[in-house]
Amino acid sequence: MLISGPESVLAERALAATLDALRAGDPDLEVIKLYSEGYQSGTLTMHASPSLFGGTKAIVVLDLEDAPDDLQTDVLAYLAAPAPAGEVTLVVAHRSGNRGKKVLDTLKKAGARVVDAAQIKENDKPQFAANEFRRQGRKATPGAVRALIDAVGRDIRELAAACSQLVVDTEGLVDEAMVEKYQGGKVETTGFKVADAAIAGNVGEALRLLRHAISAGDSPVPIVAVLAMQLRQMVRVGGAGRGPSGQLAKSLGMAPWQIDQARRKLSGWTPEGVGQAIQAVAAADFDVKGGARDPVYSVERVILTICEARNPP
Amino acid sequence: MSVWDDVIGQESAVATLDRAVTEPGSMTHAWLLTGPPGSGRSVAAKAFAAALQCPDGGCGTCRECRTALEGTHADVDVIATEGLTLTVKLARELVLLAARRPSLGRWRVIVIEDADRLHERAADALLKALEEPVARTVWILCAPSLEDVIITIRSRSRHVRLRTPPVEAVAALLVRRDGIDPAMATFAARAAQCHVGLARRLARDEGARNRRHEVIQLAAKIRSVGDAVGAASDLDSIAKEEAGAASTERDVSEKARLLEILGADLSARVQPPHVRAQVSALEKEQKTRATRFVCDVIDRSLMDLLSVYRDALVVHTGASIGLVNQDMIEQVRQLARVMSPEQLLGCMDAIGTARERIDANVNSLLALEAMAISLQLAR
Ligand SMILES: [Zn+2]
Repeated sequence: MLISGPESVLAERALAATLDALRAGDPDLEVIKLYSEGYQSGTLTMHASPSLFGGTKAIVVLDLEDAPDDLQTDVLAYLAAPAPAGEVTLVVAHRSGNRGKKVLDTLKKAGARVVDAAQIKENDKPQFAANEFRRQGRKATPGAVRALIDAVGRDIRELAAACSQLVVDTEGLVDEAMVEKYQGGKVETTGFKVADAAIAGNVGEALRLLRHAISAGDSPVPIVAVLAMQLRQMVRVGGAGRGPSGQLAKSLGMAPWQIDQARRKLSGWTPEGVGQAIQAVAAADFDVKGGARDPVYSVERVILTICEARNPP
Repeated sequence: MSVWDDVIGQESAVATLDRAVTEPGSMTHAWLLTGPPGSGRSVAAKAFAAALQCPDGGCGTCRECRTALEGTHADVDVIATEGLTLTVKLARELVLLAARRPSLGRWRVIVIEDADRLHERAADALLKALEEPVARTVWILCAPSLEDVIITIRSRSRHVRLRTPPVEAVAALLVRRDGIDPAMATFAARAAQCHVGLARRLARDEGARNRRHEVIQLAAKIRSVGDAVGAASDLDSIAKEEAGAASTERDVSEKARLLEILGADLSARVQPPHVRAQVSALEKEQKTRATRFVCDVIDRSLMDLLSVYRDALVVHTGASIGLVNQDMIEQVRQLARVMSPEQLLGCMDAIGTARERIDANVNSLLALEAMAISLQLAR
């Protein structure tokens, strides 16, 4: 069996599922894990030879992409003369790159089952998260999925963990409010929530969320970074015309949902207003990185400035 | 010929240093050379070192002079840091070095090119050596200005100030030393605002001239907030590209050299732990250097940009000679037409603010965006 691709969550899952299936057939399955680093020539061959006590084995090569020549040679030798079916299962994981190509080709030629663990791109994240819920017998609203990706979407592993956590902690259809409730307190989420409120012109809400975040021990630095990023995206999307978000996403190097989000945020703003907001955020960035004595005050001030820039008196 | 030939436009500084060489009573053990970037601090420091080693007080041709100027003289050590600070470890090594008598030469000379990067603890380590001079050891410290040097060091060394050399002197040097065509040399000296090293690069590297051109043209292109954000992104990526191009090759060869020194097996896919630790330390250092390089390149671009507004201000006063951007006089005039002197000053302030912020390690893209928004042409 070959697990091919760099997305480690998917690769680990495929491996776990395979081992579970094998254990269903033989509860005493022996699992041997081989790593490229420190591989001793002949180790694989030794484990693959029939054992005195019978029993079945799974031999797992975890990082073929780094495999030294002797490991590759041993895998090839095994594939040329495999153990009788059912005795040994060979699982090879390969993240990326050209190293180990011959082994990959031989595996495929030998009819190995191939599991795809391709990297999950920005655009595929909503689909991935939705699947995570479905896998566990639940459903989530598109809003909930988006909020979750905003909060923890940078890392697939964290996203998957957050989905599972929500499945355990909640019941029924997962909606945006549940996500907010359970993901609240995370730096990234608070950063986004403060930014959302400020950019929507909700002074009171933005200040309240900021206080809450600071009292929970968050640093003002990432909050300022999120503000800068969102305002930048608004300018770029605002200047890019009306085309479909899919097309714009390509030319701007953003995800389609980010385009839609930036468009929603742009309502109520003039380009000049966004410009003023960016300038205020730049000043705050300097302040929170050591330019001012009270960084929290600097963020409060930038929130006020942003709200004023949106609704000029 | 003399060692002072390449120290251009610095008559009074050269007179002071030359006197120290020829009259023992004028000599002291620690010197601090200050001058704006490109004024030739390290050239002056090396010339001084050569003059001290030369039996003829700096003839410029003998073996002592040549090796000192080239940086291969056994008793002349030139310390230049690529990182953001000079380490305490290095400072301690220098103190030990300073205690040793010169091996062959008349003096042991230690040149520190970036004394402004000596922060508190490293400076403390050096202090002892500066406080208790060793008979034949001379320290030559260089920095942009007195204010950039920590006061304990400043107060223990004799100060010599270099000035920005005049355009003619820089151009003449490029012609004489680098064989550059006189017209190109004058253009480059002016465009580089008399920074000798930059002028040389501008004169010899077409890529550098094109980049400068692009940067200067940004001034006339920003008509909306969208343009501003685009221009900031251009400035940021121009700098990162240049930094990347300059460092990749060097990074790779440094790593290969390190592996060679450690006797590592280059064909091994995975190196043993002690090798990996050294490699990761090197990579960290390279990353710091890259960060500094990007900041430096951005700063240079901002200096170029600033010069356009300064020129436009000069044009407002009615003068039109001696401009930095003489070669782009049309752009300058255009800018002077659409902006009042007050607006030009506002733009210059915005550029200055961005330079300060980037120097303080903020998000450079954001600082550039804020600046570019201020540079919008009135509609
Ligand atoms: Zn000489």
